[in-house]
Parts: sequence; structure tokens; C-alpha cells
Amino acid sequence: MDLSVHIGSLRLKNPLIAASGCFGYGVEYADLVDLSSLGGVAVKGLFLNEREGHPAPRIVETPAGMLNAIGLQGIGVRRFVDEKLPELRARNVTVIVNVCGTSVDEYAEVSRILSDAEGVHAIELNISCPNIKEGGIQFGCSLTGTFDVVSAVRKVTRLPLIPKLTPNVTDVASFARASEDAGADAVSLVNTFLAMVLDVETRRPKISNGMGGLSGPAIRPIAVRMVYECRQAVKIPIVGMGGIADARDALEFMIAGATAVQVGTANFVDPLIWGKLLDGIRDYMGRHSIARIADIVGTVNDHAHS
Amino acid sequence: MPFEVAAEVVANRALSADYNVLSLAAPAIAATTQPGQFVMVKLRTGHDPLLRRPFSVFEILRSNDGIPTGITLLSKRIGQSTALIYDARPGQIAACLGPLGRPFTIVDPPTEAWMVAGGVGLAPFATLAEALRARKVKSTLFYGARSGRELFYLDPFRALGVELVLTTEDGSTGERGRVVAPLDRMLAARAASAPVMVYACGPEGMLAATAKTAAKYSRPCQVSVERIMGCGMGGCYSCVVPMLGDDGKFHHVRSCIAGPVLPAAQIRWD
Repeated sequence: MDLSVHIGSLRLKNPLIAASGCFGYGVEYADLVDLSSLGGVAVKGLFLNEREGHPAPRIVETPAGMLNAIGLQGIGVRRFVDEKLPELRARNVTVIVNVCGTSVDEYAEVSRILSDAEGVHAIELNISCPNIKEGGIQFGCSLTGTFDVVSAVRKVTRLPLIPKLTPNVTDVASFARASEDAGADAVSLVNTFLAMVLDVETRRPKISNGMGGLSGPAIRPIAVRMVYECRQAVKIPIVGMGGIADARDALEFMIAGATAVQVGTANFVDPLIWGKLLDGIRDYMGRHSIARIADIVGTVNDHAHS
Repeated sequence: MPFEVAAEVVANRALSADYNVLSLAAPAIAATTQPGQFVMVKLRTGHDPLLRRPFSVFEILRSNDGIPTGITLLSKRIGQSTALIYDARPGQIAACLGPLGRPFTIVDPPTEAWMVAGGVGLAPFATLAEALRARKVKSTLFYGARSGRELFYLDPFRALGVELVLTTEDGSTGERGRVVAPLDRMLAARAASAPVMVYACGPEGMLAATAKTAAKYSRPCQVSVERIMGCGMGGCYSCVVPMLGDDGKFHHVRSCIAGPVLPAAQIRWD
């Protein structure tokens, strides 16, 4: 069985990627998980400088999901390159770095630094974090903003470039198209859905930032629909995510059009999920006589139910 | 290094209408847990509730010949997950990841150990008291609750030679009021040359007051903090505590991996 997939020039040994913001810098899980067994690890979003993020409480659980507003706490790109990347390199991890910025110049500068570092395999452009005021979402919610950021970063790196799209827009496919037009190698979607949970006793929001991003199984059908829409709109690969909790869910995203998938919230529930997902995908391939997992990508049977 | 165990519920004892002690078969975790460490637990229940919950390891279960076989959790029913823990039946399976986090630093004689517990914050002190006893450290437990009916496990602590100072908000057992009041009095009465380590676990307000009291008498203090936690592994950055760093500034530190036991003097109590 061939589990490998390609994102631009990047070959992943399997389609499973740990989602950014849900797996620290990868090293946190090294005692428990063979990081090199994953298709890739998307590390926590990095700006040029360190950020402290929002005060606690930063998450609240919701039915089959959770809301988070971490506020992109992070150690900054230089400390990442100095302190985390050597260990990831030594562990043969396929490293996808989630790049953040408050300006087009910052996105480009962070990407340039990562392009010069040894052991970075791809850049995921975070233009979709709903939880900070400056940067990010302001680019991801504007077609010209998306085009401008992707174009600027495209000029400074030859690494596979994967803008991460927000679902908090009317037509996510048009943002996939803007990314493709600007030279992206793939798009990843969805980031979290902007949401809110209140404590009715105190009438206060349950997390310090007020609003946060909804993730987990609750959002999965919407995310699958968005991947499906983007598949019709662009030729570049799609990295699908949003509530994947088992192999069936991962396969659903791939059939809808995702070449690879990311798993985030479910890793909190079960940090050993990766082996189970791979076993489930292999079992499916066996049952359906599929030799190459890449062959199921974008194979929705659109015929009407009879 | 943590272990992921499909842990069978071997017993579940209700202590009151809210509190219970859940016993889980988890030999690998039992054999390696140090006082103050925690586990992330979820009964097999599908996607709702979704996340695991952090629990301090309360006791280590051992076979008759002393082999570690499992752990117990002291739980207070507050939300959906703790209600499931309260109602759990023997034979149910819990996903249990641990041991996690940094344990207490255990002192040696002549330093005395003064443990300060509020409510369910008693949980990490049963194993700590055992470890202190093994080192022959003179130990005192300051233990506060709403009423005497919510003061649990007094005899096991007495059996370990721990002196008990009890307080209740309704005055039904021990001194009426908050647990920090006798702590303050006894620290004031103690000679500065007689060393004490203060250990604390409980509600945030009690921890802040304990930290302040310890600082007032220049005593070191380790607190076990409780934060809403997503993963317990350092992956999600949910459970942060503002801590004074070497650079003189406050930084958000993940209490799951830097804690849950943290030096009280470096915490900014908001």
C-alpha cells in the first residue's frame, strides 16, 4: 500500500499532519509519539518576535467541540530555529512552520528566515487566526489581502507555500483561488469558526478574549463542504482539516478533495491517535482494494441517490 | 515519560453528594507517579464531553505484596465530566494518560512540611504525606472545607503522623473560617530559624492568600495550580500561568509541563 501524497514538491510519507496550534512545537510529544511516523508536523504559529498571548481562561468546551483563544503565544521565529528546529531535524520530522505576521513585511521576513534554516519543509501561512486584532485574519478575510501576502512570501521562498484559510467568509473557494493565483503550492482549510460561549449566571464570556475559534467534531461537516467547494475551484492540492477524530473522518476529507489532512483537537483527546488513524486508513484501503491513497482524493460520487 | 492506559474502574466510592474517590487499574502509572503529578482522564463516552480532565493522583493502590496496581482520583462533581466520574461503575474503561507534570520538591528534616489544602485540593497531599513520612519530615496539614462533612480522609493522614489543623466555613468542625488564618498565626509564632516548606493546593483565592502569607513570613511555598487544561502535554497552551522569568518580566508558562507545582513567589496572582 502506498500512503504517500505530494503537496507541491513536498512528499509526505502519509497524509496525516499534526495541526498547528494543537501540537506545540512537536517536541512536547516526542516521548509519546514517533514524530517521524507522521506525514508532517505543523508547528505552532510564529511571528518575528515572542508573544505572550491572552490570559487564561483560554479554552472552553462545547458540545463535541471546544472554543479557544490562545492569542498566538509563541517564542518567535529565531528562538524556534535555534531551540526547537535542531531536535526536530534530529528526529527526522517533516516540519511545516505556521507563519504569522502583523504586516506583509513580517510574513515575508519570517518566511525568509525559515527558508534559510535547515530542516523546514514547508510554510503554512496563517492568514486566518480569528483571535488577535492585528494581522492574520485581516488578510485572510480580504481577497486582495490574501493575494498580497501570498505574493510577497512567494517572492522570498521556494519552500512549498500553503496559505491556511479561514471559514469565516462567505465564499472560501474564492480565497483558495486568490491563493493559487498568487503562487501558492496548496491551501489548507479550515481554521476555526469564530464563536462565543457565555456563562449565563455571570453573563460573562467563558474565555478571557470574549470570542474564540470553534474546533472539534462539531464543525466537521461544514469543513468537509468547504474542502469540497475549494476542490472544484482550484487545481493546487488542499490540506483538509476540521474535527477529524478517526480514520473515517480523515478519509471523508480526502474523498471530498483533500490531498492531506490535519488533526488538531482530537490529538488533545488522544495523543496516540496517529497510529489508530493509519491503521484505519490501511484497513479501508484493503477493503476497497486501493493501492495508492492519493487515488481517493476528490472522488466524491456525485450521482443522485436512487 | 507518560503512559496511556485503558484503565478499568475497579471501585468508585461516594464520599458525599459531590465528592467521590475513583479507583483505576493502571500499574504503569502507579509505579512511576511522584507526589504532585497528575493524569488526564476521560471515560469512554464519545464526543460529548470531548476533552479529558486533569486530576491529581490521590493515592497509589498496591497489591498485598506491595506491587503498584493502580491509582485513585479524588473528584468533586462540578460539571459534566465530573458528574460522569461521580457516576462511574466498576468495569467501565477510562482513557488515562500519565503521570504528567512536575511533582512537589520534597524537603528533608529539619525542615517541616506544612500542607495547605482547600476542598478537593486535598488530592495531591496523600502521596506527599507518605513521601514526607518516608523521609521522617514532621508534617502538618491545614485543611479547610465548607463544612465538617466535606473534610475527608483524616484518619489516613493521622496514621501517617500528620498533625491536622482543620477549618470549616460553617464552624461545624475545627476553627470557623478560612484555612489561611491558622496558617498565618502558626507562621507568626514560629521562630524564623526553624525552616518550613509550605505546600498548597485548592481554590485560586486560597492559593493566592497562602502565597501571600508565606511571603509575609519569608517562607518558601510550592503551589499546585489548577487551570482549564486541553491536553496536559504542552500542546494547546490553554493552562498558562503568568510567571516571573529570569529577565524580570512575566511570561505565560504552561502549567501542564512547567507545573502543576510552581514556586508561589514567582506567580502573578491576578
